[in-house]
Amino acid sequence: MALFHRRGLAALALTLALTGSAHAQQKVSIDFWHGLPQPLGGLLEQVVAGFNASQAQYEIKPSFRGSYPETMVSSIAAFRAGNAPHIVQMFEVGTATMMAARGAVKPVHELLAEAGVALDTNDYLPAIRGYYSTTDGKLMSMPFNSSTSIMFYNKEAFRKAGLDPEKAPATWAELRAAAKKIKESGASACAFTSSWPTWTQIEQVGAIHNVGVASKANGFGGTDATLDLTNPLFVRHLTTLVEMAKEGTYRYGGRDGAGDALFASGECAITHASSGARARYLKEVPGGIANIGFAFLPYYSEVTTTPNNTVIGGASFWVMNAGPNKVRAREELTGIAEFFKYISRVDVASKWHIDTGYLPITKSAFEAVKATGYYDKNPGADIPITELLRGTMTANSMGFRLGNFAEIRVAIQEEMERAIQGQQTPAAALEAANKRGNEILRAFERANRS
Amino acid sequence: MHKRVIFNNRLLPYLLLLPQMMITLVFFFWPAFEAIRQSVLLQDAFGLRSEFVGFENFAHILSDPNYLTAMGVTIVFSTTVTLLAMVPALLLAVLADSGIRGASLYKTLLIWPYAVAPAVAAVLWLFMAHPSIGIIGKALNAAGIAWNYQINGGQALTLVILASAWKQISYNFLFFLAGLQSIPKSVIEAAKIDGARPVRRFFTIILPLLSPTTFFLLVVNLVYAFFDTFGVIDALTKGGPGTSTVTLIYRVYIDGNHNLNLGSSSAQSVILMVIVIALTAIQFRFIEKKVHY
Repeated sequence: MALFHRRGLAALALTLALTGSAHAQQKVSIDFWHGLPQPLGGLLEQVVAGFNASQAQYEIKPSFRGSYPETMVSSIAAFRAGNAPHIVQMFEVGTATMMAARGAVKPVHELLAEAGVALDTNDYLPAIRGYYSTTDGKLMSMPFNSSTSIMFYNKEAFRKAGLDPEKAPATWAELRAAAKKIKESGASACAFTSSWPTWTQIEQVGAIHNVGVASKANGFGGTDATLDLTNPLFVRHLTTLVEMAKEGTYRYGGRDGAGDALFASGECAITHASSGARARYLKEVPGGIANIGFAFLPYYSEVTTTPNNTVIGGASFWVMNAGPNKVRAREELTGIAEFFKYISRVDVASKWHIDTGYLPITKSAFEAVKATGYYDKNPGADIPITELLRGTMTANSMGFRLGNFAEIRVAIQEEMERAIQGQQTPAAALEAANKRGNEILRAFERANRS
Repeated sequence: MHKRVIFNNRLLPYLLLLPQMMITLVFFFWPAFEAIRQSVLLQDAFGLRSEFVGFENFAHILSDPNYLTAMGVTIVFSTTVTLLAMVPALLLAVLADSGIRGASLYKTLLIWPYAVAPAVAAVLWLFMAHPSIGIIGKALNAAGIAWNYQINGGQALTLVILASAWKQISYNFLFFLAGLQSIPKSVIEAAKIDGARPVRRFFTIILPLLSPTTFFLLVVNLVYAFFDTFGVIDALTKGGPGTSTVTLIYRVYIDGNHNLNLGSSSAQSVILMVIVIALTAIQFRFIEKKVHY
């Protein structure tokens, strides 16, 4: 018995010694799941590789998990199994879902405070910081790749229609008149289209005109927010789109980014799309950069004379606990904080901005890129940034914090499509979308009651 | 008359059954039980809070007009897909079986589409039917037919039906061909001698003798149309425009996988489970009586 006991102790000591020495050599490993396909995913992994090479203590292990919704679903499933990644890239519409999951996520402001890492959050572009912060300005997730929607137009088509190719329509009245001219002159097969229907035609329209899509500052004020889609502004706008579709000057391009193809092929003369579509358009639109105009999204001069900033899209990084009641070790949290500090560095953020076309996260990165003369050589590349900085940000243009937002977007899209098909009036469509959206919001509120 | 196999060991037959039982339990019964359990719960996405709500998920889904629309779409979708996948397959099989030159080449070519994954099949159809980049879509528009499945519900449904049926034709063709080849030549020759023409021979001899195959394919195709087609729908229309191509299974997928509403999604799965059990039971109870083995 005594012999066994001694052997047992010796074995224990040996194991301890082994793990101890292994511990000293091994880096702290941090799992990072992202949802960017190639080539963007490769560029993101280069950023990670840069961080891994910059220090010896931590190693971030990136892995591609499919599209944003797929990444979200798999990280949630992993969390339920107690095996969640440390960092997950989540699209902006998942923000409210993540935020409501107290116990599943580690807010970034807490992480930074605990790790003793300081980040100058005031340097972030306000529209980006606001989207991912609480109402009292505490950062919940780490902004990374952001875009916004802008207007692209085909200069060749403008010229053929007798329009000034250097002057983009600034208001909806001007846009409609230009579209009519394009159609009548046959300058292009289709005058106006759009991608991401709810983002560019509902959410941005609300932000630009300082009208809330939902109460409680678009949901920032609490999960009991209700949608306000029946606001006259949205009725006016959907009526414009339906009328233009009837006149043959607007072509509905399909859901998500499906409409991008219509402008890329040169078929449509004007589009409202993600600023991230720039790279594709430069490559595919006949005539290339010389033929593409970039401009702010239009506004209704009858509604406002001082249009506001647009809101962002894209994704941010969330820090997750391993599983229910499984928190992270201190060194892991410090590693994550160091990584976040690294990606906010001016050189890293500027390179990411130039390589990918996503917005620079910080004002200093924007200034640094501007100083290199990049925007003079690449006309239009600064349009999304200046559009984000336009006017004064209000509660209605800060962003959206609505639970199950992806589902709400689909409901709105479906009702818009029914209106454009002529199955219901614009007012009825928005009424129906409002009702369905509110049911979704109430279900979310109920499931997340604490 | 059943053959009796004699086992000396009482335990052995159960042991041999065990792997199959395990697979059935783990991969079929467990998930089905989980679906039933989840269908009476209201949970947040992360499973941090969960509340027993009884049949509320069912009541909510059954009173949702969009769910009832999806049910209608599913009925139209699955009957048309089954018909369009079986009738041309039978026709092709009869032709390929009729001793034409190069029959084996036709057979091989006809089986190919089955190897195409649903998402890839959908992309192929997308490239044909897209109103501005698709060959057929462009041709239709040039011919003055306003073809845009992204905004016309009827056209969208037609497109997903065609793509889904096309995918299944090869499978049906294969089974029909095997069925045709197992019909004794002597029976057909006897009918020929009696002066029966090809059409008459087909309806009075071939079709009845083919009925076990047809019945099997009917069940398989309905199950396919119900459960295996969401890949095609997701890649082609994502359920749109409006909700005109949302079928029951696509809705289960969207509510569970995109909207993370597990309670509602599970309740829908349970409803689907009941529908398919009922359908299969009806088929075996009534249609099988007309099948000659």
